[in-house]
Amino acid sequence: MESFYTSDVLVIGGGLAGERAAIEAAASGLKATILSLVPPRRSHSCAAQGGMQAALGNCVKAAGDNANWHFLDTVRGSDWGADQEVARMFAEEAQVAVREMAYWGVPWTRLTPGKNSYFIKGQRVEIDEPEEKAGMIMHRDFGGTAKWRACYASAGTGHSVLYAVDSEVSRLGIEVRDRMEALSLIYEGDRCWGVVARCLRTGKLTAFLARATVIATGGYGRIYGKYTTNATINEGTGAMLALNTGSVPLGNMEAIQFHPTGLWPSGILITEGCRGDGGYLVDKDNIRFVAELEPEKQELASRDVVSRHMMQRVKDGKGAPSKFGPHIWLDLRHLGEAHLKTKLREIWEICRDFAGIDPVKEMIPVRPFQHYSMGGVRVNKDGQAYNMRGLFAAGEAACWDMHGFNRLGGNSLAETVVAGRIVGQRVAQFVDSETLDVGTALAETFVKEQEARIADWMGRKSGGASVYDIRDALGETMIDKVGIFRKEQELQEAVEEIRGYLQQIKTIGLRNSAAGVNPELTFALRLEGMLKLALIAAKGALARKESRGAHSRVDYPQRDDKNWLKRTLARWPLGASEPELSYEPVGLLDLPPGERGYGHATRIPLEQDIEDYNKSVDAAQKAAGRNDTVEPQGSQIKWGAWQQADGKAASS
Amino acid sequence: MAENTNKARTLKFDIFRYNPAEPEKAPFMQRFEIEEAPYMSLFLALNQIREEQDSSLQFDFVCRSAVCGSCGMMVNGRPALGCQTLTADLPDTIALHPLPTFGLIGDLSVDTGRWFRGMVERVNGWIVRQDEFDRTALEAPMDDKIAEKIYEADRCIECGCCVAGCGVANVRPDFLGATGLNRIARFMMDPRDERAQESWFEVVSDAEGVFGCIGMMACDDVCPKDLPLLEVYSYIRRKAVASIFSDGKDNPAKL
Repeated sequence: MESFYTSDVLVIGGGLAGERAAIEAAASGLKATILSLVPPRRSHSCAAQGGMQAALGNCVKAAGDNANWHFLDTVRGSDWGADQEVARMFAEEAQVAVREMAYWGVPWTRLTPGKNSYFIKGQRVEIDEPEEKAGMIMHRDFGGTAKWRACYASAGTGHSVLYAVDSEVSRLGIEVRDRMEALSLIYEGDRCWGVVARCLRTGKLTAFLARATVIATGGYGRIYGKYTTNATINEGTGAMLALNTGSVPLGNMEAIQFHPTGLWPSGILITEGCRGDGGYLVDKDNIRFVAELEPEKQELASRDVVSRHMMQRVKDGKGAPSKFGPHIWLDLRHLGEAHLKTKLREIWEICRDFAGIDPVKEMIPVRPFQHYSMGGVRVNKDGQAYNMRGLFAAGEAACWDMHGFNRLGGNSLAETVVAGRIVGQRVAQFVDSETLDVGTALAETFVKEQEARIADWMGRKSGGASVYDIRDALGETMIDKVGIFRKEQELQEAVEEIRGYLQQIKTIGLRNSAAGVNPELTFALRLEGMLKLALIAAKGALARKESRGAHSRVDYPQRDDKNWLKRTLARWPLGASEPELSYEPVGLLDLPPGERGYGHATRIPLEQDIEDYNKSVDAAQKAAGRNDTVEPQGSQIKWGAWQQADGKAASS
Repeated sequence: MAENTNKARTLKFDIFRYNPAEPEKAPFMQRFEIEEAPYMSLFLALNQIREEQDSSLQFDFVCRSAVCGSCGMMVNGRPALGCQTLTADLPDTIALHPLPTFGLIGDLSVDTGRWFRGMVERVNGWIVRQDEFDRTALEAPMDDKIAEKIYEADRCIECGCCVAGCGVANVRPDFLGATGLNRIARFMMDPRDERAQESWFEVVSDAEGVFGCIGMMACDDVCPKDLPLLEVYSYIRRKAVASIFSDGKDNPAKL
């Protein structure tokens, strides 16, 4: 049995962010090793459908687009919860990243010059695309953006980008250990040295030692049980690794996105590109209610706003009835067969395979489902986790934090490759000046800890609830009480219920004792962590007495910039029975807090002068435990540049 | 569909069982019975069996929406994606086996990951080009019809159904299978790839490549993504022959 393995850079997670970071390390001559729960091409990145945001400005409806616009839309989308330094860095680099993907072979949909027919705000519009842009990367409209910006490959964008990036991983000969699950970090004090991982082929444990470790494991949507668009593997395994150190905080775990259009009732994602390309949301009376409520953006307001309108409609008794409960209709019929079978081909297939309907002729039953985790391992702008040298995070697993309290559609796919690229470079720089200075005795301590955990589960008597029963109960608690609309009493109940589940799992056992990988044991080892993440999300939501982005408190409907222009940090001290919450400023403010341009929320303004606020940011972050072990990139903000995006809309 | 019948059926699943960590137990078929539910897929059925009847049962699902390619399995003798297969389309008795041609991990779980990484390395399944990426340059233009054509081939989700259903792959482990040849075709038609026709000829023209195919075309029948594998074979064969006479790429948009 192999018990120790060493590498320069260890990447946990074989999706887009992890693979892109590993490429950066390998390209600078380092040995990178990727551990992945599944073969990398099966990662959840492959399920991203409609597009990747990058302000190339190629088609007529994207004319004049640039990083300033992308920055503005991202910060407004975040409801000012984002770190604006990161949002700026991201917007600048996204254009490079999408072109790099073209260089690696992504078959981006390209611009066809001459007359093109589009659906815009309910009207068929013909636009002459100019000859000089022929063959450049095409854009489609997405929610919450001022310009058409999403670059796409039909509705299989994530698949094509993941295959291109994994091809590059193969070309560089980067080793990928698939079916390998990290169970614990190996660390000494505030220095991380790798992970203990369990092989999902054999059940055996191995210590992977490295000079730097990158968590890129995606989100934690499965704490919502079946009420999520996420893959079965999105169980927050990376966040747990960080949390279980006791010192590394998670950021904004209550910031959880619901996607307006999950296929009802299975929750399979139906891309925002459907609405971007002109699809309608209608109620049981065939009324385009979202277009009425949002005259400016119509169906393309941000996801948090559209999801709330839809669920309110259902609550008002206007949902279309079905045996699984009421839903909203997504109507794509007017887009025509040719469009649906080419530019939205995957949607046409999903409807056929999973709902038995033909969207050319029939409307699609949809409802909002949990979709994205804005929260995650809190990192600084170099991707470095707080309080733990040598530990980095990127992609959905991280709270970097360019999404704040609401992510714009198409910004996550872009984040994976942008963050992978930037954080990968920082990791390579960090590793350059570090030697692998760790004894096997330390690793063995952590291996023994995991062996004991496994032996404990295998040795317990079964009976009562199963691990799956508790998972299902957690899902119901989360969707009912920590969902789209939140309020004090329900959140308090959720906290109590999750505390109950945490007690309950100590009393239950497995129902089989099979040797080897044992799928029930595999899940049992994740369950406690899922419950902890859920408790942090619920407590964070209970404490945050305002409404911001996807966090919507019906008892505190205003966005409160006076008291809550803050990021939640959650640690779980070793041996404690409860997490500890603390707060830090959202970061430097370039774009002053203002109106988003959709959603009609009122707000309590920031009392402080922006300059005073900005002066306090650095000091406060340091006091909260920011750990600049890597030479920071320095402020990336181009102060005031957003004002040049477009006089009128930019200052509104 | 099941919802139209008056009474729910009792489904009988006969599932192949073998756990390599318990080699003393010979492989066997185990029967499970569950009540059919509306729109029940094998994803839902197998999870229900695992959670209610036998929690040691091994199988793989990730996306449960037919895009990740994890859940290929033999369903009544035919390769298919479990998540995409509805019980309503199956008889009362359903036999499930792991995909052949791949290493067995346990029960219905097979090691497609290593097979596909090996295939990608064998065919150099990436864009081969001499220039370095220039971060200051605009993207090189491409006709959208060519992009669509590449995308059509790029849609393969590497589930392994075409390999498992292939008469040649079942007796010749090195055969690239339809998925391997499709991957080659994808790069052959990509104008960004600078490989000369002859270099493809070396990979595809032996018995492990396109001329190993004996034309049963089960791959085309079982592909869950409806990839045009018949066209792929004829395209590569045509190119292999043409490469004897010419070294230029033709226009893939005309295919």
